[in-house]
Amino acid sequence: MSAVEATTPTVRKTALNPVHRQMGAKMVEFNGWDMPVEYPPTGGIIAEHNAVRNGVGIFDVSHMGDIRLHGPEALFAVQHITMNDASKLAIGQAQYSAMLHPQGTFVDDVIVHRLAETDYLLVINAGTREKDFNWVRDNTHEFDCYVENLSDDFTQIAIQGPKGVKLLQKLTDTDLSAVKFYWLTRGTICGLPNTLIARTGYTGEDGFEIYVPADAPTSAMVWKKVLEAGKEFGVVACGLGARNTLRLESKLALYGHEISDSINVWEAGLDRFCKMEKLNFMGRGALEEAKAEGLKRTLVGLEMVERGIARDGYKVLDDSGREIGYVTSGSYAPFLKKNIALAYVPPEFSRLGGTVKVEIRGQGVKAQVVPTPFYKRPKKV
Amino acid sequence: MAYPSDFQYTKEHEWIKADGKTGTVGITNYAQESLGDIVFVDLPKVGTEITAGKAFGSVESVKAVSDLFAPASGTVTEVNTELATAPEKINKDAHAAWMLKITLKNPAELNALLSAPDYEKFVAEEAGH
Repeated sequence: MSAVEATTPTVRKTALNPVHRQMGAKMVEFNGWDMPVEYPPTGGIIAEHNAVRNGVGIFDVSHMGDIRLHGPEALFAVQHITMNDASKLAIGQAQYSAMLHPQGTFVDDVIVHRLAETDYLLVINAGTREKDFNWVRDNTHEFDCYVENLSDDFTQIAIQGPKGVKLLQKLTDTDLSAVKFYWLTRGTICGLPNTLIARTGYTGEDGFEIYVPADAPTSAMVWKKVLEAGKEFGVVACGLGARNTLRLESKLALYGHEISDSINVWEAGLDRFCKMEKLNFMGRGALEEAKAEGLKRTLVGLEMVERGIARDGYKVLDDSGREIGYVTSGSYAPFLKKNIALAYVPPEFSRLGGTVKVEIRGQGVKAQVVPTPFYKRPKKV
Repeated sequence: MAYPSDFQYTKEHEWIKADGKTGTVGITNYAQESLGDIVFVDLPKVGTEITAGKAFGSVESVKAVSDLFAPASGTVTEVNTELATAPEKINKDAHAAWMLKITLKNPAELNALLSAPDYEKFVAEEAGH
């Protein structure tokens, strides 16, 4: 696996960095950012993970990037550079999408938010911020619209879990029950007017992401108020460790793992977010060809049958020990209490119930192909 | 958490408690804290020969895989099989959750290990980085 290289040599910090340290977070470098991986004094990865599944947890995701496209031809620009159909978005709606190279492989995945008539916000990954912004700018010259990098303007806080809505409702007069999943609104939060509130996330749970000014005092004020308001719901601060296990259980792709500049949309199984009926978009031609050629590998979910944990980059073997693919993400799954993984294998090995082996420290350890997502949140009654 | 004075320690954060020819082996509280939630332990079978300074197994947290290094050479006589289904016991009390008992091949090897105060000094420096 090729890790995403940091584009700047210095380690960057979000506005909440001192707050995380004060809370006793264990800090790690992630894609050039000094970020909390877990908060041992209040939980640790497993407790944080399960708080999000059963109650609510909050995450500092300010390292994510934000690109705004606005102007008369903003929609055409967004349509050109993303694979989902942004023309279907109402004002206040968001969609999962991706930006593709002409080869049909991933520049990055993205959430496209329609803020106003001709105003879009693309939320992108931390490790690809500069690359993405340059790419968006370079590929939208022909359209009459402005491209702005707002990545440093926001502190982005994710409030995730079934009790997230109750928590956040305590901090705003805006009726959050009127905001459906993958919709957004603006409202006053913690006294900050016109705050962007999106019902989105990366955990497989219901939840919100709020975008507040990135100055340190405001960021710390909001973070503390959210924790305070969440006390009655057992809120905990969550780090990147839980964020990763939560997204893995829910089979949400991570750039550099399930998606990258050498993996195409069909292989990643993201067909439903790719609208080939759109007139044209970058990567479409190559995707048509790839479809005609047929799949050479496909992403499958694995559950370890024998003892062992599959980890990112481990080899996948067939029963005879021949290498057939590799693990993109693997971990102990704290809610499911199983060892799970996502892996690329040739289509003939993708049959549900079939078995393969994962090479762990030189040993082939048996795993079964299982349905994904591994975890699906219960439907509301 | 205090480091027992009747244990000896490696710079790779294992402990060993020697009692005559028998050594009991585990990982330190500092190791479990650095690892976080431990979810998997891979230990050798009874009868396996382990060699001082060489890997004898591994321990995995949610995030990371770490090798376990033998504090001394010897033959495995007993394995704490409880850890296979309850690895979190190491997080709860690393100095009680032993992994192996071995028959020491050469008890003099233990002289190369750190005492409790020396180990405490060592981890204080390491944590300071």
